[in-house]
Amino acid sequence: MILAFLFLLQDPDPIQQGKRLFQSQCAVCHGIDGHGSTGPSLIRPKLPRAQDEAALIRVIAEGIPNTNMPGSWQMTEREVKWTATYVLSIGRVAEQKLPGNVEAGAEVYRKSGCASCHIVNGKGNGYGPELTGIGLRRSAIHLKQSIVEPAADVPGESMTVVAVTSQGQSVVGIRANEDSFSIQIRDMSGRVHSFQKAALKSLDKQQGSVMPAFNKLTPTELDDLVAYLASLRGDQ
Amino acid sequence: MKAVFLATALTLVAQVPYERIRTNSELDKGNWLTYSGNYQGHRFSPLDQINKTNVANLKPMWIYQPANPQRFETSPIIADGLMYITESPTVVTALDARTGRSVWRWERTLPADLQTIGFGRVNRGVAILDDMLFVGTLDAYVVALDRRTGAVRWQTKVADYKVGHCITSAPLAVKGLVITGVSGGEAGVRGFLAAYDAKTGIEVWRHWTVPEKGEPGIESWSGDSYKTGSGTTWVTGSYDPDTNLLYWGTGNPGPDWNGDSRIGDNLYTCSLLALDATTGKRKWHFQFTPHDTHDWDSTHVPMLFDAVVKGKPHKVVAVANRNAFYYLLDRVTGEFLLGVPYAKQTWAKGLDDKGRPELIAGKDPTEAGNLVWPSLQGATNWFSPSYSPLTRNVYVPVREMGAHYFKGEAIFKPGTFFAGGGERTLKADDNYGAVRALDAVTGALKWEFRLHQPIWAGVMATAGGLVFGGSEEGNFYALDASDGKPLWQFQTGGSMAANPVSFLVDGKQRVAMSAKGVLLVFGLN
Repeated sequence: MILAFLFLLQDPDPIQQGKRLFQSQCAVCHGIDGHGSTGPSLIRPKLPRAQDEAALIRVIAEGIPNTNMPGSWQMTEREVKWTATYVLSIGRVAEQKLPGNVEAGAEVYRKSGCASCHIVNGKGNGYGPELTGIGLRRSAIHLKQSIVEPAADVPGESMTVVAVTSQGQSVVGIRANEDSFSIQIRDMSGRVHSFQKAALKSLDKQQGSVMPAFNKLTPTELDDLVAYLASLRGDQ
Repeated sequence: MKAVFLATALTLVAQVPYERIRTNSELDKGNWLTYSGNYQGHRFSPLDQINKTNVANLKPMWIYQPANPQRFETSPIIADGLMYITESPTVVTALDARTGRSVWRWERTLPADLQTIGFGRVNRGVAILDDMLFVGTLDAYVVALDRRTGAVRWQTKVADYKVGHCITSAPLAVKGLVITGVSGGEAGVRGFLAAYDAKTGIEVWRHWTVPEKGEPGIESWSGDSYKTGSGTTWVTGSYDPDTNLLYWGTGNPGPDWNGDSRIGDNLYTCSLLALDATTGKRKWHFQFTPHDTHDWDSTHVPMLFDAVVKGKPHKVVAVANRNAFYYLLDRVTGEFLLGVPYAKQTWAKGLDDKGRPELIAGKDPTEAGNLVWPSLQGATNWFSPSYSPLTRNVYVPVREMGAHYFKGEAIFKPGTFFAGGGERTLKADDNYGAVRALDAVTGALKWEFRLHQPIWAGVMATAGGLVFGGSEEGNFYALDASDGKPLWQFQTGGSMAANPVSFLVDGKQRVAMSAKGVLLVFGLN
């Protein structure tokens, strides 16, 4: 009885409360888990219209003028704060204590040649996704999987495509953009090729990834590399 | 010279009486006088100057950029050299159809606490009758404007915006009446359709789409669930001048994805209503999706034509429904004639001989999520299909997309979301869009033109043998109406969520379409 009373006095878990409110008030537009639907995805470390918690609370409470984002006069101040806490929790990965060593991981990154395709803090080659803030966006589990089995989950913006022109020339690269009639492909050299899809002999959207699988790393090297990537929480 | 100038000036202010809209005569084929081009909901242009042989030369004639560059979904009205459009949030602008220069602009001051619950701050167009234009507002008024100046003639409150009612659709003007539907289906409002005297703004009738205690259909709602039953009417309907019947679709029951509190069929949600236009009395109804739990509003533009179905002549009404089935009903009696899927669906084995879906078990939303096709945006949505009397095809803009449906808590507070769940969509590359040509009488697929993403734009067939449409990635395109081959496209730079129209300027055909925040008008010269 006393325990139950003490439980009632405790502040409820704000993330769970926020999730419940989000699902009843926000999910219609932002999707049940914030991945977006008719409204934008909220799975991003910094929201363009609400760059910190105070700004997010304001946006949830008052809406965004001249847009489809309504305010939420029906929620109490506490409920708005819970909702903001939940939204922030889904957009960025919390800092975790990981088994690897960050400095050693930076060395694994260097000697594995990751910089030949990725940019971190302005250094490297811009073919694959920039990794400056990757630790905010991806969990350690996801990072590890992306290293040893990059084909397991390729985001749409990193899709590899192979276009064969009517002259038989083959162009391989990452899909930079696509509409119903044309496609833009960025090859390894950074050159962007533009094609009318109807003029191509073939266009193959590959399930896999152009990134090689780094599955020869030792368990320690892998942990170190994951720890290094997870530490990259630069401004995004 | 002076006389010629005077004559031109006079044509700019000609009256648009009901008879002119009804007959849609040869003289008016260069105008676009009602939302769908005619009362029958065809969105078909009888113009043929732009055709298969020359459409490849189509180019922009002018572009109009509204002051507020929010996505605008307007379907322009064109009458005697002027184009009337609506802009976000509640603006009406009259443009010189020759140049795109504005002639007048009217903007409503909206209340600071206005919210749109579950949809955008958009407007899909005006209606015209005699010397007035009519527009529905986000704060749920109908306003009549003088078509020469934009001055307000009258304004009438339709409903209370504070509980979630809004108007985004174009009104329909019929025989001295202005008829409007309402939005608010995600807020648990009670849906209705209302008609106003076009000259005075006085309400003539109101037809509630969800019954009260003691009315037929109340047995299809458990407990007090009818009080938050929704069934809104947010897409402009069609009208048959011969039978004086309105055909208007109704939206989802509330709450959207959690049907536990509203056991029963939930009449008259997700239905087509046939109403006497003079009295608002219901002649018949047909419910497409009884006890909907996927948000498949039946709010579409119904298409009216005559056809021989299974050996018998009928006056039919055709609906390509958000639930992925194409239906033909007898529009005099409401009799179900035919229903076939036109897009991927995983929720029904088929339809029985009365048109009721034979459900596949276990397709309702769950707490863990349940993958079902189509997604909650449906196999099509509010954007218009088109019927061509020349090809006898119905052209349907299609969204091929599934979603994981989740059931959640639904607590009713007036003026807030009353949805009871949501969806998680599949990866973008697992979905696509299409324009599908269906045999209007059998629903059989004639051809398909695939689009990169599921679409939010309507289509328009023309007497030039073309079908115009827009893509989510910004392509405005023309297809060969007979085989679906693309003949022309133009990248507009903004996603398209509107319906095309066509008209004449100085005797030359134009095609208009909006893309995100701009309106574009195309022509050959």
